[in-house]
Amino acid sequence: MAEISIAEALKSAIAEEMRRDPSVFCLGEDEDIPFGMGGAFTVTSGLGDEFGSNVRIPNQNGKGYTVKGADDIGNVRVLNTPISEIMLAGVCVGSAMAGMRPVADLQYGDFLFCMMDQLVNQAAKMCYMSNGQVHVPMVMRAPCGATNRGAQHAQSLESYFVHVPGLKVICPSTAYDAKGMMKQAIRDENPVLVFEHKLLYGGKRKEAGQLSASGEVPDGDYTVEFGKAAVRREGKDITIVANLLMWYKAMQAAEELKKEGISCEIIDPRSLVPFDYDTVLASLEKTGKLMIVQEDHYNLGWGAQLEAYIAENAITLLDAPVTRIAAYDCPIPFSPTLENYVIPSVDRILEGARKLARL
Amino acid sequence: MHAFPAKDKALGMYLSMYRIRKYEESIYYLFLEGIMPGTIHQSTGEEASAVGMLYDLRKDDWMASTHRPAGHDIAKGISVRAMMCEMFGKADGCCGGKGGAMHTGDISVGAIPANAIVGGNLPIAAGAALAFKMQKKDNVVVCFFGDGASNEGSYHETMNVAGLWKLPVIFVCENNLFSANTSIKLTCVQENVAADRAAVYGIPSEVVDGNNVIAVNEAAQRAIKRARKGDGPTILELKTYRHGGHSRNDACGYRAKDEQELWIEKKDPVKNFRKEILDRKVITEKALEKKEAEIENEIEEAVEYAKNAPLPANESALENVFWGE
Repeated sequence: MAEISIAEALKSAIAEEMRRDPSVFCLGEDEDIPFGMGGAFTVTSGLGDEFGSNVRIPNQNGKGYTVKGADDIGNVRVLNTPISEIMLAGVCVGSAMAGMRPVADLQYGDFLFCMMDQLVNQAAKMCYMSNGQVHVPMVMRAPCGATNRGAQHAQSLESYFVHVPGLKVICPSTAYDAKGMMKQAIRDENPVLVFEHKLLYGGKRKEAGQLSASGEVPDGDYTVEFGKAAVRREGKDITIVANLLMWYKAMQAAEELKKEGISCEIIDPRSLVPFDYDTVLASLEKTGKLMIVQEDHYNLGWGAQLEAYIAENAITLLDAPVTRIAAYDCPIPFSPTLENYVIPSVDRILEGARKLARL
Repeated sequence: MHAFPAKDKALGMYLSMYRIRKYEESIYYLFLEGIMPGTIHQSTGEEASAVGMLYDLRKDDWMASTHRPAGHDIAKGISVRAMMCEMFGKADGCCGGKGGAMHTGDISVGAIPANAIVGGNLPIAAGAALAFKMQKKDNVVVCFFGDGASNEGSYHETMNVAGLWKLPVIFVCENNLFSANTSIKLTCVQENVAADRAAVYGIPSEVVDGNNVIAVNEAAQRAIKRARKGDGPTILELKTYRHGGHSRNDACGYRAKDEQELWIEKKDPVKNFRKEILDRKVITEKALEKKEAEIENEIEEAVEYAKNAPLPANESALENVFWGE
């Protein structure tokens, strides 16, 4: 057992899978440029040393560069690519269909929109349209969440992809899950979108507002199955379902609420497709009250889907209307003051929970 | 001048073109009868491109097609019966009735499910080529696209890496002068929309008479050889013309009469190649008519089979959303 960050957990999952299976390879812009950032958040830095990458390394004598791998792409397993998102996703689809297991890094999830055709029309539909003749075992890593970077580097986009049949959507938020779910994603036979929260990486690149999500990770090989929620805290009065950074905020709120005599059960769905409704239903049997917290916008989204599912299938379990706390329906503003206002805060969770507890 | 191929190859290419022509004619009439669902984008007039490009490809080489895939698919080896069943939405279709006219494919003969997003197949073909390169295989990928696709972002993103990484892929622009209804001259300054935009990506290109199956096949052999030995991609721009509309109910009023006459009457790839093989005494006319009749029979049988084939079970609609589920 070792205590490591999520960034390290993801890196170790990818490295172990690359050692285990020669068809696994990484690709993306700045994937592993010497003295660069390893994607945008250090996850893939250093992988090229072991697996080979296409790089230009500045010579130590200060004169010029040494080029490696650039003329020999067939032998490179950490591929630094142009900034071409359609190509990036399309190359994943084609190489996956032909027997490889690409793990692509998008740097910022917001760039998913630049590759929507390849994800939604191609990756998600190839297996179906061909009636199972081909399939697409690819992983697309999408760093997400608001981090004082303004509206185009801030979004939580999980819900767009929850709507697309044929895509799996996961959002690991502990080091243990990050490693086990990344391994599971690489071994999955279908396209998997992995949403990684920028404030939870714990990488060398520091972020205002980041939380420590470092945790113990076993030394040996393990995977975490998709479609199994994690109960992060047990309680009896209110069920809070929250993912990524939001369940950490809910945990902070729960400590406060405990002092006020309100006991919260906190569920982290971990994967959104497939979604573990059963764990939520079991919790509602106890509490009868549901709060959903998501960093994504209020209008629609996975939280609304969960609320609708409960209304359709288990409304008799509810003793009160559902409370849903989400980002306000505006683009994410830059100013830290405004961003903190728009993104669900511990205070908003507290306020919502107190009201819900009184109902 | 082009070297005329061996007799059996010449005859084989002609019969493959004839099969495509008759298949497309039969689809056309089935639509007129009103018994075939959906829409059609027919390849009639572009047979030399499909056959010339694919005749020398190995079965385990891959081919990526477009919304106009029938010629490519038949030339790559999908049976007319499996194609016809797919057109009727039947369970025995090459995609179990889930793909339809624009997504036919059979990976066991190297035909990737065809792609109905213009330019959508380009990076996928590059990805498959990258996989072959990483796997140290000598397979190649032939990727067809239309003139209109050369204006998609995916074209430029893909050509950039294909040239940079020397991927074993042959990009084939079937320039039939129109992107659906719009003349390519209204949307590009280049005369050769793909070939003139190849050099900037470090990719060699050729402009070829796409209605001359021998010319196409010679260019294909050069490009396949380059790709197979690791020298990278080629862009071939084949000048061709569709005999019919973009899709059904398209009477082509936007095309000049003299242009249509030139391409359909004088430059018909099937009619002209038939004359050539007879002139060169590849086969007697009587023997050829017999072989043509066999193909017509094969297609009629496929139509009868497809009409009576079982429909897919409703539950199958929910299968293969995820692989193996």
